[in-house]
Amino acid sequence: MNYSEMAITVTELNKYIKNKIAEDEYLNEILIKGEISNFKNHYTGHLYFTLKDENSLIKCIMFKTYAQKLNFMPKDGMKVIILGSVSVFERDGVYQIYAKVMQEDGLGDLYTKYQKLKQKLEEQGLFKQEYKKPIPMFPKIIGVLSSQTGSVIKDIINVSTRRNPNVYIRLLPVPVQGEGAAEKIAYGIEYMNKNKLADILILARGGGSLEDLWPFNEEIVAHSIFNSEIPIISAVGHETDFTIADFVSDLRAPTPSAAAELAVPDIYELNKKIISYEDRLRNSLIKKVELMRLRYEKCMSSVVFKEPTRKINDNYLKIDMHIKQLENLIKQKCKTEKTKYIELVSKLDALSPLKTLSRGYTITEKDNKIIKSKSNLNTGDTINLKFIDGNVIAEVK
Amino acid sequence: MKKSFEEQIEKLEQIVKELEKGELNLEDSVSKFEEGIKISKECNKELENAEKKITILINQNGEISEEEFKTEE
Repeated sequence: MNYSEMAITVTELNKYIKNKIAEDEYLNEILIKGEISNFKNHYTGHLYFTLKDENSLIKCIMFKTYAQKLNFMPKDGMKVIILGSVSVFERDGVYQIYAKVMQEDGLGDLYTKYQKLKQKLEEQGLFKQEYKKPIPMFPKIIGVLSSQTGSVIKDIINVSTRRNPNVYIRLLPVPVQGEGAAEKIAYGIEYMNKNKLADILILARGGGSLEDLWPFNEEIVAHSIFNSEIPIISAVGHETDFTIADFVSDLRAPTPSAAAELAVPDIYELNKKIISYEDRLRNSLIKKVELMRLRYEKCMSSVVFKEPTRKINDNYLKIDMHIKQLENLIKQKCKTEKTKYIELVSKLDALSPLKTLSRGYTITEKDNKIIKSKSNLNTGDTINLKFIDGNVIAEVK
Repeated sequence: MKKSFEEQIEKLEQIVKELEKGELNLEDSVSKFEEGIKISKECNKELENAEKKITILINQNGEISEEEFKTEE
């Protein structure tokens, strides 16, 4: 019998095993926990490591697309929980886990601790908005609590000096992770307060796992932030991380640079603002003075001032006019009176007996009564004849 | 306590608004103007005479001192 024809090749065997595993849907979606060891962060961005427990291990790989989503950096000795699938890498005849999601194990209890503390402090009112102090518009001294190495302090300094070349930053270096960090941070805050060393405090650290950020979740830090007289801006971890410090602080900034931007006013803006106020002050005063001048000029241009004598002259004119009127009236009056008088006189003249006398007539009177008719006379009556130039006594014959 | 910068700026803003309303008589306008300019000069002074300082508080066994802080470029 020729065994060699009967025998299958290695490739066939591995392919067969691969299919066998692929068919098992349990192995296509498994949730597995273990400890990471000989972790390699390959330059391609893929992560290679083995997962082990006390008595066995299994190779793992996490492709770059999944690895990018991790919010922590795995390292040897870390306990993790992995969601992925099992498959065979045919070339090496090795079955391994293809990890899709990975989370720190034991995180669970740290996370629950965080939730519990957060709830407790919330009930105590440490997060209440009314306790949050306003951020001063122009703090003279910027206090920074952060590690003195690394990019955090560098970013803060760069952003601050860009916004205000004359900024005064006072760094109190504090450990930002690990044992005893919380106590040092809390003490740092109290120290800055006690000695009034800053007008505002920035509490900052870079990204990290929940474990790394843990000091900022400690109650001691929460209380020191709460009791701080100096307003505190917190910028802890990645933009997506929220530590208890962020809830208690007066303002939470997504990144250290953002914290610097919130703490340090932009000098150029401030200057522009002040200059604009000065201009507005000047303009409104000029406008006011202009208004007043116009009103003044309006008065001065009124006739009363321009020709003060005008009024008087006008009055003189009025007086003259009245006088003329008077004179005319008087003249008129005299004339009319005169003509009236002449009329009367001429009427009188016409009616006056003297006129008739002057024409040779006489007035005959008897006993001082004018005799108009012969019948009033009898012979022998003595009558008086009035001539223009005198009287004659006569007797009727 | 010396007026805080905020209070100064707020006062300045208020004076500007009052003047712009234009209801003040001439005398008040002038005195408000002078007050405004005085405050703005004070604000400027505060901005200018600040001096750049980047320091670090060093704790030598309990004794804290303040020294120049150089970030390793």
